[in-house]
Amino acid sequence: MTLTHILALAALASGYNLLSGRRNLLCHRTWILLAVSLAGIYWLQPATPLRNFDFWFPTLTIALAAGTWAVVRSRETSASREDLLAGLLILGIILGVGATRYLGPLCCLTASRPPQFWVVLLVVGGLAGLLAVLARCAGSRRILPYAFTLLIVGLFIVLKSEPMGSAAGAWLRRAGGQSADLATAFDLRWLGFSYLAFRLLHALRDYQAGRLPACSLAEFTTYALFLPSYTAGPIDRYQHFVAELRGKGSGPNNPIAGVEEVDQARPASMPQDLAQGAQRLLTGLVKKFVLADSLALIALSGETAAQIASPGWMWVVLYAYALRIYFDFAGYTDIALGLGRLFGIQLPENFTNPYFKTNLAQFWNSWHITLTQWFRAYFFNPLTRALRTTHSSIPTWATVLLGQLGTMLLIGLWHGSDANFAAWGLWHGLGLFVQNRWTGWIGLRLGRPVSHPATKRWLAIGGWFLTFHYVTLGWVWFALPDVGLSWTVFRRLVGLP
Amino acid sequence: MKTGLKTAPPGLRFARNVVLKGLGLFIMINLVFALSDPLLRLGRLSAYNQLFPGRLRLPYGDQPDRDHNLSLFQLEAMFASHELAAGPKPDGEYRVLLIGDSATWGFLLSPGETLAASLNRSGISLPGHRQARFYNLGYPTMSLTKDLLILSFALRYQPDLIVWLITLESFPIEQQLDSPLLQHNPQTVRALIADYRLCLDAHDSRFVEEAWPGRTLIGQRRALADLLRLQLYGILWSATGVDQYIPDDFTPRMEDLQADQEFHGLQPPHLHPEDLALEVLSAGMKMTGEIPILLVNEPVFISHGKNSDIRYNFYYPRWAYDEYRQIMARISETKGWRYFDYWDAIPASEFTNTAIHVSPQGAAAFANRLAGVIEQQINATP
Repeated sequence: MTLTHILALAALASGYNLLSGRRNLLCHRTWILLAVSLAGIYWLQPATPLRNFDFWFPTLTIALAAGTWAVVRSRETSASREDLLAGLLILGIILGVGATRYLGPLCCLTASRPPQFWVVLLVVGGLAGLLAVLARCAGSRRILPYAFTLLIVGLFIVLKSEPMGSAAGAWLRRAGGQSADLATAFDLRWLGFSYLAFRLLHALRDYQAGRLPACSLAEFTTYALFLPSYTAGPIDRYQHFVAELRGKGSGPNNPIAGVEEVDQARPASMPQDLAQGAQRLLTGLVKKFVLADSLALIALSGETAAQIASPGWMWVVLYAYALRIYFDFAGYTDIALGLGRLFGIQLPENFTNPYFKTNLAQFWNSWHITLTQWFRAYFFNPLTRALRTTHSSIPTWATVLLGQLGTMLLIGLWHGSDANFAAWGLWHGLGLFVQNRWTGWIGLRLGRPVSHPATKRWLAIGGWFLTFHYVTLGWVWFALPDVGLSWTVFRRLVGLP
Repeated sequence: MKTGLKTAPPGLRFARNVVLKGLGLFIMINLVFALSDPLLRLGRLSAYNQLFPGRLRLPYGDQPDRDHNLSLFQLEAMFASHELAAGPKPDGEYRVLLIGDSATWGFLLSPGETLAASLNRSGISLPGHRQARFYNLGYPTMSLTKDLLILSFALRYQPDLIVWLITLESFPIEQQLDSPLLQHNPQTVRALIADYRLCLDAHDSRFVEEAWPGRTLIGQRRALADLLRLQLYGILWSATGVDQYIPDDFTPRMEDLQADQEFHGLQPPHLHPEDLALEVLSAGMKMTGEIPILLVNEPVFISHGKNSDIRYNFYYPRWAYDEYRQIMARISETKGWRYFDYWDAIPASEFTNTAIHVSPQGAAAFANRLAGVIEQQINATP
């Protein structure tokens, strides 16, 4: 999101917040947020080299969200009047955005002119038909959830992998009558897909496990596309989000397991939402646009890594990178939380002073918290559980090692399919494993926890120093484009040529 | 109305108060900023020469993220970041300032390969154990008035000699105010025009005028951010010694030329002294007073390609450049200027992307030629 997007959204959210107390708009909160999010994702989607895909990517996003809802909606209830209305609203907004093609200079919601209206009608009609079929077939927890999971993971892999992305780009270019010669992975700039995928996969898995409450199309689509968290998270859980949406949320850190019907929203908290939302938003703006963007000028990059020979300066640019990436990401999270709060939704926290933590596990419990929780819930726990139950001969340490390496490798690859992201993930997986083993070993040797205050303080300082530097050194993999250059930087950091 | 506000819901009252207080603070801060105009003072505050070594040439950058450098328009800040501002002039230093265009600044050359750096390596010996030290004050736009502006600031740093590198492209009258550096310093340039009675339009439409809102914090946010960025880039300047991204490949200077005789709207056969901003050179001489100036016609690329019988290079038709050299030689003699013509001092193979930018070898070769003359001039100066 650019500064203009953020400020426009803040103005809209503040207006909503102020009017919601007076005009009782809270009753219609879901509908308002749904409409804002639907139109907003078209507005945020940047231009792509693929013709008309600044229209088609958001449309596909909506189709995926609605399709997932059709799969996970309760089989006990048939589609309600509310779902029908939500469907009409979704269709109306897609067609409305498509119709801006004919507004000429007034067309401002999409980065370029939408496609021919008959094409929009045809595609949207087809997708709506597919959705209706899915809704009729829904209820089975076997095939469709797996098919959708595969579809989302498949799209994810194509978008993150450069060769597949380029091939898909070339295919889409040919299909659109463009030259395939210039195709690159950059063609597929599908804004917000990563976070959308996490939300939808969470819903599918929770549905399969019987943990997903009954959900309406309007609420589910609002959850999947909620504009403040659409591009950079946090990854909320449906249960928590919908409780907030219904005005019965329990705050940012306490997602609930189920949702009950709510008859009264919470108008009394609106001024508080406004004040705290605005404060959070301003904090985020300063973190992102003042601190992170300034640090970006001097942070470690492929170019500076090749140019700097002195270990001292290499450490300086590396520290700058560590701070920059924190302020950038935490700033965006603050902005998302602030905007969410202005709309009356408390999104979950994503960063809680990660660089002050005294061990790596604590760091990962406070850095990109919702992503870590997602992987813990849907990968680490099932994997280690499966290893323990089905392969009981595998020793505990090997289970821990496999679980941590696998989880962190996937988190690394989520950022991109480069070897450097994989190395970054393995670096952290290995670090977590060593910490896990060390904690167990030292606990056995000491017998009881350290109680002397001075010793505890020094241990904490030492733990912080080691953790911060382990994480900071890990950024060398993350920041640079290739493993060779990263290795050069490691050598230079310790004074080797 | 009053009753209406009193009965407004708490949310609206709260928002109204926040908006009013915020607006008040916003207006106050902007007013104070506009009235106090702190940018010049802030520009003099520099981490260069304190925390970081001073830059070897004035800040300039087309691609800031790759150059670790940026173009800004505040001369105070630009000079404060230069090594020239490191402190009082050391005893025994014979200070020589080089002013000129991008060739002097050293486009496509690292800071250690420029003409000034090459001259520093030439080891000019002076009587009384004095050491000649050369400072690069070139700046990449072609205008004598831009050079004059830089000279006016440079005189604060007690130079013993000025070497002013010139080329015909810096002389056309309409070219004089074309440099963004001049356009963004209208007050200083107007003062120069008035003080030296230059025949330039003090109200030229290209001047960037700052209306009152432009002097507020909001209006000056870009200039303020530039000052901050300049300081931050000091870290990378210290760490890398890089102040310009030099690509491995660049489009070489044009060898085959257009069959075009025109030079800035002028046709052969005659170029008149009135067509050139010679008065700016006179102003420079007047400005420096006792401090000697060496005028050096810098080397240019001489093409042997298509239409090279008509033009020397992309910039110059032969007739115009030949006339210019004759005019400079004649006027210099008449006015007693120390003028040296090195137009063909460097072989064509040493020119890089334009007809005036040279390779490191070209800069070193030119420095060798120039060093002898400079040494002679210094020793001849009483």
